[in-house]
Amino acid sequence: MTALVKKRAGLGSILGQAAILAFGVAAPFLFPAYTFQIAMLWIMILFALTWDIMGGQMGYNSLGNILFFGAGMYISAVVQIGIVYDVAEYTAAFGAIKIDFTEAQYYIGFALGIVAAAVGCTLFAAIFGSMVFGLRGPYFAIGTLGVAIAAGELVGGWDYVGGGSGISMPVFPGDVEPRALFFYFLCFISALATFVFLRWVYSGRFKTTINAIRDDEEKAEAMGIHTTRYKIVAWGIAAFFLGISGAIFGNMIGFIEPLEVAFPTVTLGIFMVVMSLLGGKGTLWGPVLGATLFHLLKEVTWIYLLGWQWVALGTLIIVNVVFFQQGILGWAQDKWPQFFGIVVDEKLSAQGAAAREAAE
Amino acid sequence: MWDNISLLVIAPLLNVQLLMDGVLIGAIFALAAYGLALVWGVTNVKNLAQGDFVIMGGYIAYVFTTLGIHPILALPVAMVLMFGFGWIIYRLIIAHVIERDLFTSLLATFGLALVIQQTLNLIFGPDVQIAESGFDILFLFGGQVTLAEIKLVALVLAGLLAAMIVIFMKTSRMGQAIRATAQNARAAKIMGIDTDRVYAFTFAMNAAICGAAGVLISMIWVIQPFFGISYSIRSFVIVTAAGLGNLPGVIIAGLGLGAAEQFSGFVLGAEFQQATVVGLLVLVLMYRQIQMRRQRRVVS
Repeated sequence: MTALVKKRAGLGSILGQAAILAFGVAAPFLFPAYTFQIAMLWIMILFALTWDIMGGQMGYNSLGNILFFGAGMYISAVVQIGIVYDVAEYTAAFGAIKIDFTEAQYYIGFALGIVAAAVGCTLFAAIFGSMVFGLRGPYFAIGTLGVAIAAGELVGGWDYVGGGSGISMPVFPGDVEPRALFFYFLCFISALATFVFLRWVYSGRFKTTINAIRDDEEKAEAMGIHTTRYKIVAWGIAAFFLGISGAIFGNMIGFIEPLEVAFPTVTLGIFMVVMSLLGGKGTLWGPVLGATLFHLLKEVTWIYLLGWQWVALGTLIIVNVVFFQQGILGWAQDKWPQFFGIVVDEKLSAQGAAAREAAE
Repeated sequence: MWDNISLLVIAPLLNVQLLMDGVLIGAIFALAAYGLALVWGVTNVKNLAQGDFVIMGGYIAYVFTTLGIHPILALPVAMVLMFGFGWIIYRLIIAHVIERDLFTSLLATFGLALVIQQTLNLIFGPDVQIAESGFDILFLFGGQVTLAEIKLVALVLAGLLAAMIVIFMKTSRMGQAIRATAQNARAAKIMGIDTDRVYAFTFAMNAAICGAAGVLISMIWVIQPFFGISYSIRSFVIVTAAGLGNLPGVIIAGLGLGAAEQFSGFVLGAEFQQATVVGLLVLVLMYRQIQMRRQRRVVS
């Protein structure tokens, strides 16, 4: 019976994934007016997935992951401009200098920018991690929140990267439509790559190890797990993909600025937490589901709420956290464990129940 | 930056000015931080909406001034209103997260902070406001150092309030119950203390303290719907540095933070003032980590 269920679920999930893939490829052609919104959806999915590595799977609830997004954006901007021009001079002119990038310069610069952002953010994660991994629980959350806020303010005061007035990014050599498609597919591919990579990573020992850290870090360490190493690797993965998404997003928007675009701690930085929690943290599909629902809900209702949208968002966070913390997938797993390949051993669960009763 | 430092060396009276301003504002930070430490110690809830409670109190005083009533009179009203608000919030939200893991309370109160600041923004708009108190400015040292009288009044009021809280905690039955619950909630329950009521009272009292601090802030500084988060972070800096249940520590850390902020605001520029608070938080947390690492422990 269980085997049958498993097989059917397998086929269903393959069909489902194929449908999502087909949607991802066809969406900009089917809904050309919403290309940007759907591109944002992929970025949101990437956000939720990367937050979940630490928050869901490892139990380290960071409120400052947006740091890597902004850092990636700035690293790529500096690299892209830096290969053809003096960055300080360019930013000092506040957009008065227009550089004509040739096509080759643009694409090579962009590619280098993405690579630099990914590598730079991973390095950042290692450095930053050594600063905050001695913290637990609320201290970790507050510490990371603090670092992300500080990063935004420090960049805002740093004239080399344009300070508070930001940087206007190199202009895409091409028309509006190919530009939209180009960035759409970059967003889609980066989200897809994140998902595929995480699925691969979660299928092995890595997942069991970071879950062990979540469940009991002291015991995990006593079992001989190099917890710090795993924590840095986990954060490095998150930072790697967030850095890439930052580089893409900065170029897609065309203008970057520290507080609203690069380090939006209380908007995007919190969205990623809410999306993971909504979908069900600690699962692979939960963040995807949560991000999709959240983004749809946000895009559809946002303009009709007439300024009350942020109040609604806060209320959603409270309700989600207080009354529905397991999230949609977590709830479904509790309700129908057989569909998730979780086999309930009648004998064991009876023993457990008896033990619980005896304890009470 | 170096120019500003040399300016401080040349004109020592500037130091006096900055130190005085910092200490006077720091006293109010200490008040809000004490509320945080109280709730933290008793209910183990880390309230990220602390700063927004402060700002709410400030807006109550602001409403008073627009009605033509002196903002100092708003102090008792704000305390009563915020007490009621805190009680409602406890029943609606905090009571459900008190037994849960730490991140739950943190995120729930973060959501609460978002709701409060956005509601204030919708009601009062994003402009910076001040509750005009109409006091004079004193000129000291032959006019080189200025001191608004209202700051002194606020310091005295903050001191009085702190003394009242201490007396309340030491002598009243409720204060004793709160301290007993903080020491051991289970034992307190066995002794017949209604711990749920104690938690509700503590949280409501914290809101009232924050409301009072907000009234004082609105008179001596400025308020704005989105300033709450920096007060929350300040409170966390102070409590993390001082530790729970350490009132003298909280006062000293509060005054120190106020002074540090003024000096860094002068030396580095006003745009770095908030970065200083956050930077101090990171420094304090790193120092605590190093301290704990020596004992092979972590900060939790």
